[in-house]
Amino acid sequence: MLHAIPQLTIGAVDLAAAFLFMYGLWRMSSPVTASSGIFVAGLGMLVAILSSFLYVFGVSAATRPYLSANIGLAVIALGLGGGASWWSGRKVPMTSMPQMVALYNAMGGGAAGAIAAVELLGNKAQGATQLVVTLIGALIGAVSLSGSLVAWAKLDGVINQPLRVKGQQYFNGLVMLATLSIGAYIAFVASGDAGQLTVMPGLIYLFFGCALIFGVLMTLPIGGADMPVVISIFNAFTGLAVGFEGFVLQNPALMIAGMVVGAAGLLLTLLMAKAMNRSVSNVLFTNFGAVAKHKPGNIKGSLKPAEAGDAGIAMRYANKVIIVPGYGLAVAQGQQKLYEFVKMLQAAGVGVKFAVHPVAGRMPGQMDVLLAEAGVPYDLIFQLEDINDEFASTDVALVIGANDVVNPAARTDKSSPIFGMPILNADKAKKVYVVKRGEGKGYAGIVNALFYGDNCNMVYGDAQAVLVKMIEAVRGLGLAAAA
Amino acid sequence: MDSQITISGFLALYIFMLAAFSGWVIIGRVPAILHTPLMSGSNFVHGIVVVGGLFALLNASSVREQVIGFIAVLLGAGNVAGGYAVTDRMLAMFQPSAHKPAHAKSRHTKSHHPKKG
Repeated sequence: MLHAIPQLTIGAVDLAAAFLFMYGLWRMSSPVTASSGIFVAGLGMLVAILSSFLYVFGVSAATRPYLSANIGLAVIALGLGGGASWWSGRKVPMTSMPQMVALYNAMGGGAAGAIAAVELLGNKAQGATQLVVTLIGALIGAVSLSGSLVAWAKLDGVINQPLRVKGQQYFNGLVMLATLSIGAYIAFVASGDAGQLTVMPGLIYLFFGCALIFGVLMTLPIGGADMPVVISIFNAFTGLAVGFEGFVLQNPALMIAGMVVGAAGLLLTLLMAKAMNRSVSNVLFTNFGAVAKHKPGNIKGSLKPAEAGDAGIAMRYANKVIIVPGYGLAVAQGQQKLYEFVKMLQAAGVGVKFAVHPVAGRMPGQMDVLLAEAGVPYDLIFQLEDINDEFASTDVALVIGANDVVNPAARTDKSSPIFGMPILNADKAKKVYVVKRGEGKGYAGIVNALFYGDNCNMVYGDAQAVLVKMIEAVRGLGLAAAA
Repeated sequence: MDSQITISGFLALYIFMLAAFSGWVIIGRVPAILHTPLMSGSNFVHGIVVVGGLFALLNASSVREQVIGFIAVLLGAGNVAGGYAVTDRMLAMFQPSAHKPAHAKSRHTKSHHPKKG
């Protein structure tokens, strides 16, 4: 009976951990409770990791001579990997969050792939089902590892341009086919005679190699603005890989956590694709830049430049202002100045709200985090569906560093590539100011009809510099009144 | 052994189905404003893979298995620690307008000015 205690403990702790993960994610459904949610999930993780050292009581005779070394290695690996990541996670600036998440995601995929490698090379999978599931988990994990690393490199600016070659998709298809064939061959041979696995390590290495290469190839052609979809997909991939390896290891906690994350990643992937008005396969397999050769429709009106100071004063005397921040604001590092300006407006009695588009940023919800970092209270930040009707009753809409997500062509112009995309109806405000670096087009390469509207003025310049001028103009107003 | 469960065939599919469904429902409730912390948080949750890595490493019976197991634990631990660190940091930044002395971790937020009026 005594020998069953470690195993029972592990079982009970893993059950508790699975519950705490679910409960923690459940608490994430509101900004009020979210912070305690991650703490709860962290508690589950901590006890699960600690209790897994009880595995030492159940090792086989073959492992005994290695056991003390194994324990030492485990402690070192936990300390090194955990320490380095903790340090980087504490230090990284909020604007770099997408690449950090991609990096951590790559680690998870890599860990799942490595577990599969131990199972395969050590011939530990029992029966054909386990073997096939191990292989599938290995494939997904490896693709997630190399794909996330490429995504990280792109987001971090190591790779600047999407790499697109003619016939790339066929080549990628061939690599995928090769990977699957090798996997099928391994499964076929080894499920007949399990001993076969130990005599073909070369083939197993090749299988992993091909999967890794495929992950790189499939991510290389995808452009920066499509990253919200890509990160979500790889998050789902790693979740699935973890779930499958959990089945192989007969560990329900891994199965449940992995599958929950898989579902979460899938949901976010679909949400992001919808917000971009594109299907997931369209993001992954077509070269957007090549498709968007759109002839500008007959847009009437002209671009009307305005001074930053005048725009600032106009907002000071408005009743209601909605600000539409885009990724350009983050690039210019203008969030702090923006909130400083907003606080001045609020002090003058102006009602200010922020309207955030789902794909503003390089990962889902990134703009919300950047605003929160600048100190903007979350009850001032509104999502597209909650605020879109309010533009019509708004005096001034201030668009900063956003372009395609406020293009009314998405509502009206059937020939536009972004037709049908959900947009923020900034054009319906009484007055629109657009802060923009120059007259360039947005990511989609489409002329923005909003800019030519009668109610719209363009404020050219770096977002941060423009905001400084606005702040000075409004402050000057206060001083003049006091004098 | 009594404590040993065997999960096979349909039982595994049931677990997968229920977990996927719960995940979908739970995540579907999360507002868009929290999507980044949600993603890094779920990223953290799949860091549970480190437990599988520990199992593999502790049961290693050859140098090759030790090496690969070590890599698994190293990467898994990185996933866990990094995912937690960034999620916790981000969530501490979300503060309401009525500035309450919320959350002991508010040292992560940049100088937070209470709103006037």
